[in-house]
Amino acid sequence: MRLLQLQRRMARAVMQPLTGADRIAPKTDAGYIKPNDRLTSVERLEVYSRSYWFRVLDSLYDDFPGLRALLGQRAFHRLSRAYLAERPSRSFTLRNLGSRLEDWLRSNPQFTGGRHALALDMVRLEWAHIEAFDNAAEKVLGPENLLELGPSFRAGLQPYIRLLALQYPVDDLRIQVNRASDERGAASNASLKHKHGNLTRRVSRSKPEQIFLAVHRLDFTVYYRRIAQEEYRLLNALRDGQTIGRAIRSAFENSSVSTDEQRSMLETWFAAWAELGWLCPPARSKGKRLTQ
Amino acid sequence: MQRQGWLRNRRLQEAIRQYNRGRARKVWPHLLLKLMPANRFNGFKDYGIGIGLRIPHYTHIFEKKPVVDWFEIISENYMVDGGRPLATLDRILERYRVVQHGVSLYFGSAEPLNREHLRRLKALVKRTGTGTPWLTDHLCWGSVDGTYSHDLLPMPYTFEAAKITARKVREARDYLEVPIGVENVSSYAEFHMSEMTEWEFLNEVVERADCGILLDVNNIYVSSRNHNFDPYEYLNSVPAERVAQIHIAGHSKFQKYILDTHDHPVIDPVWKMFEHTIRRIGPTATLLEWDDRIPSFDDVHAEALKAEKHIHAPVAVAL
Repeated sequence: MRLLQLQRRMARAVMQPLTGADRIAPKTDAGYIKPNDRLTSVERLEVYSRSYWFRVLDSLYDDFPGLRALLGQRAFHRLSRAYLAERPSRSFTLRNLGSRLEDWLRSNPQFTGGRHALALDMVRLEWAHIEAFDNAAEKVLGPENLLELGPSFRAGLQPYIRLLALQYPVDDLRIQVNRASDERGAASNASLKHKHGNLTRRVSRSKPEQIFLAVHRLDFTVYYRRIAQEEYRLLNALRDGQTIGRAIRSAFENSSVSTDEQRSMLETWFAAWAELGWLCPPARSKGKRLTQ
Repeated sequence: MQRQGWLRNRRLQEAIRQYNRGRARKVWPHLLLKLMPANRFNGFKDYGIGIGLRIPHYTHIFEKKPVVDWFEIISENYMVDGGRPLATLDRILERYRVVQHGVSLYFGSAEPLNREHLRRLKALVKRTGTGTPWLTDHLCWGSVDGTYSHDLLPMPYTFEAAKITARKVREARDYLEVPIGVENVSSYAEFHMSEMTEWEFLNEVVERADCGILLDVNNIYVSSRNHNFDPYEYLNSVPAERVAQIHIAGHSKFQKYILDTHDHPVIDPVWKMFEHTIRRIGPTATLLEWDDRIPSFDDVHAEALKAEKHIHAPVAVAL
């Protein structure tokens, strides 16, 4: 047997789902492994299989606390096992393990217990949180660049900012979950279990409410900033490489906001973006002219 | 450079022989420190005793600024594009020496090296500037057909595997432009197709790749118990002149096997093996790994500094 064949056989065996009792399937193909005086071939393989599953399940557990609170521990565990069985890691880093969860969940609504849209929104927020935490930050556009501000000016959006249009106020829910997890250590296990049950009930009863969110970071801490629909559209248009003039037109297309109000809103937004350092040179023209 | 390392080793071996014959009783630890602190596989750097940089210790390190010889970082934790991980690393680099240790290059996987991984790793090497005089990863596999296990899976000890592994180590070194050391892993399974012992495989790979070794003494102990071999036979077969760094750690004992958990202090038999290693190869950059149920910074550092006592322990056995 060649190295590649052995590695394919062993990887298949290690990554196959564990049984309900967290054991490797007894009939697993392990004939290529030597038994010893204490363990059979399958038992030796099981050390690796359990280690694999505990590691990847732990990683999802840490990365999606909001989804966990929403579904409850058992349902979250079932979802995680099914997702990882169908979409094992394709990246050298565990950081990216949840990158395909939203896509997978869209075609597997049976794992969200009738709260599909809410669960999808939470997954999108939690993946955005990961990206906002450690995505790149480009040089901030300073006042000298903003002097050129005019309809033909192009600006980019910091790569760490994630813009979301959501059907549920999952930002509030996730903040509640964070707060509850911060309280850990100060309370007894029984009290924590009770609190967790309440939280799951509260989170799952959440009512629909369309919100627009910028998930960003400031001083290395991730924040969720609610933004207006027009601001969301404008930021997306800038990220797509449109000029300021076009981006503003598309942001207020079919909007009932008056021209005066638009001017006031734009002033407020640009001031806030400048303060937060959200604007950077456009992605494809770094070092080039910022105007057409 | 190679010649210099060879001469250094010859002088050291002679000094040890003299000592063991009772002719150099008082000079040997001093001589060892002078003669064998470094080699071409660790950039000729004498780094002393370090600990792994772990998140629960960040606050203590930044507030108290403890004196530590060096920190080992897990490369993958900092192979991101921005944010807190890199900002933290930059702060560490202002004050401390750092060596990069990877967990997922998978030299032993049959598939080619992941170019994106290498690109990010090189960016990190550049970021640490002159900070990482050598770089290490494991002698194992963990990915196949682009799917990752995120585990350190054991190698079959075959000539085909040694050839593939050595080629990948050379490719990585040429691309990264930094000396590479491969670490022996703890293992829980052996393969029918193996054609040699683990230590013969290690020698085969490092000779073919002309690379260094990160000798994990605890891993040798764990594997020796899991596979019923003499750990000293392993230690005595390691080419001393290639050892760039040593790892020590604790582990967990189960009924039928030992698991490399890095969540306990180092046990006495492992310290004995460490002493033996130092006698064979001379004082070498040593690092304590503690990755789970992590105690306070001071406790971890104190455990690591126990290595000093063993480095200077009197010689009791002949080579």
